[in-house]
Parts: sequence; structure tokens; C-alpha cells
Amino acid sequence: MGDRGKIIAGLLVFGLLVAFPVWYHLGKATPPPRPDINTPVIAGLPQKECIEDTSYMRAYHMELLRDWRNWAVRDGKRIYVSRDGKEYVMSLEETCLKCHSNKAQFCDQCHDYLRVQPNCWNCHVEPGEGNQ
Amino acid sequence: MEMTRRAFLKMGGLGLLGILAAPVLDTLARTDLGRVMGASGVTTAKRWALVVDMKKCWENGNGSCRDCILACHRTHNVPAIPDGQEQVKWIWTERYENAFPGQENEFAQNLLGQPFLVLCNHCSDPPCVRVCPTQATFKREDGVVMMDYHRCIGCRYCMAACPYGARSFNFRDARPYLGQPNPAYPVRERGVVEKCNLCEERLAEGLLPACVEACRYGALVFGDLEDPASEVREILRTRYTIRRKPELGTRPNVYYVVG
Repeated sequence: MGDRGKIIAGLLVFGLLVAFPVWYHLGKATPPPRPDINTPVIAGLPQKECIEDTSYMRAYHMELLRDWRNWAVRDGKRIYVSRDGKEYVMSLEETCLKCHSNKAQFCDQCHDYLRVQPNCWNCHVEPGEGNQ
Repeated sequence: MEMTRRAFLKMGGLGLLGILAAPVLDTLARTDLGRVMGASGVTTAKRWALVVDMKKCWENGNGSCRDCILACHRTHNVPAIPDGQEQVKWIWTERYENAFPGQENEFAQNLLGQPFLVLCNHCSDPPCVRVCPTQATFKREDGVVMMDYHRCIGCRYCMAACPYGARSFNFRDARPYLGQPNPAYPVRERGVVEKCNLCEERLAEGLLPACVEACRYGALVFGDLEDPASEVREILRTRYTIRRKPELGTRPNVYYVVG
């Protein structure tokens, strides 16, 4: 019974340690990402729209890209007809990056924030690569 | 308010149903994705083949012309790695006796030591495709033996299986050896195997392979073997052609005119 003090102190220290990530980052919120769509090509578009609507692209772009990859590489089909009937060439370089030429501001921001590490860029060439 | 046991169970059940239905409804609510089509203006065939007229190549190129090799390697971001062991190549030259072992004889001095342009043969019965454990390499309906670099795990079975040495392994990062990469085509990452893709990405745009387009002397002829009226069939009909290691039964689709 005489150990009550030690136990409570130990529990307190334990609780504090477990909650370390919470109190360490208290008040230091990372600003949420703001993907930048200000590229010369997008600025020149009469209507600023992606392949599908923004909310869909935001949530499912990775699935779209995965499907594009499989259709283009494995099935040799390269034309994508979007839900509003427009046709696009299924190519990361030739379609996506023509508008979104700012990888650091457009892709990396969110991916870094969410700590996802897509391996697209191990092979695919970022616009302007080799110029530096 | 007093709640009966019956009402409580009812509400609990409904709540559970709602939770379970959410993902189902979510999926159903997603209108289906866009559709897919093949493009128009694609160069299509039943069985692609390449005829290399080595006579034209030697007579005009004087053994120093490397236009086709440079065009291919520039188009496909093939790194120029000096180390012979770690070299990456899609199209290169090989001495006659090495390219056609067993077909040489000591008296055919005009051929011995001559450089032959070699590349992936896009075999009709490709051993590399049979051994690939992930189906990263596969045979397309138009005859192209294709690599899906996304799937390659770098096991190199295909390299062991290919009797033509047409495949290269990426032992290191290619980017330092590229300078300014061609932005229209990806680079390969360390740990994948690569080879000639018969310019399938150019065929998809209705273009000829880069090597064929680059040859100033028309020594490379590309066409459909299943089309009796094609230029390749005409050459095969009228000229004597050889293929590399036909005795292996891989049925190569690259033909050589020697004389």
C-alpha cells in the first residue's frame, strides 16, 4: 500500500510519454496543402476543368491513373472518354503534365502533407527535368 | 421516456443496417468512370516485322553511321553507360559470327567480322514471355513483345531466357547518363529490365519506329507480315533473308538481307 505515490507518478509519466505526439505538436498545426493550379497552360484555358470534375479528381485521381496505366500499357487502348464525352489521350506526360506542369506545387504538396510516396517519378519525367 | 426492450432492439438493428449500407451506397452512388477506346490514326497490323538490309547499311553507312541507334536511344531515354557489364541497349551492332553462330563458315570472309544491326526479335514464340513470373513482359496481338515496367520485379529470368541478349538490366539510376531526357517517354528505374518495344508508343500515334524513320538509306523496312501486299513481304519474296538462331524455334520477326 505504501507504493501508491510511486504508482501514480509512474502512471503520470507513462501517460505523458504516450501522449508525446499530441502535446509536442500542440499549436504547431501544419498548414493544409493548397494545390496550385496556376500554370501558363491552365491560365490560358477558356474553361478551367480537368478530365473529370474537381471533386472526383481530388478523391479518385490515383484510381484513374492506375486504370489509365493498365488500359494504355496492357490493352493498348489510349483514348479516354470522360463522363462529359470529351476524349483524352491516356498519358501522364502528354495529358496530365501538359496542364499541371508544376509538380512541386501541384502534386508534391498534398503527397508530402499526407505522407504518401507514389513512385510515378522514379521513371516518368517531370516537366523541365534536366534543365537545372 | 421509457423505452421498451422491443423498441431498443428495433432501433439498434436499424442503426446497424445504416452503418453496413453506407459503403454499399457509396459505391453505387459513384457514377461509372469514363469509357475507353482505341485511338483512330493508329498504325495497326496483325504481325509486325522488320527487315534489315545489311547490304544497304554497309554500302551507305561505311560502318560509321549510327543514326538508327542514336534515334532509338534518344527517343526512349536509353542511358549511355560506358561500363560494358552494366550497359543498356535497345539496338546495337554485333559481329556476324556472334549474331549468327552456326551459320558462319571460314570461307565467307566477306561476312566474318561484319557489324550486324541487332535488336529484340519480337519473336512469335518468345521465351522471355514464357518465363516472366509477373507477366511484366507479354506478347501483344500485333506481335510486339511488350514490357510493362510497372510490373517488372527485376528477377532477370527473361534475360536468361532470351537467346539474343536483347534485354538489359538497370544496375543503376539512368538519369545521370541521360543529360536532357526526352519528356515524352519515361526513364526506367534501377532494378528493372528493358528492351526494344518496337516503338509501340509511336505506332499508337501512327508513326513508324524511330530507327526506321532515322535511316537515310532505307535499310530498315517495317511492315505487317500478315499482309501479302506489304513491303516486307515483297522483300521476303524476292530476296534471300536470314534470321538469328532460327533453330531455337522462337520464330524471330526480324529478317536480314545479306547479299
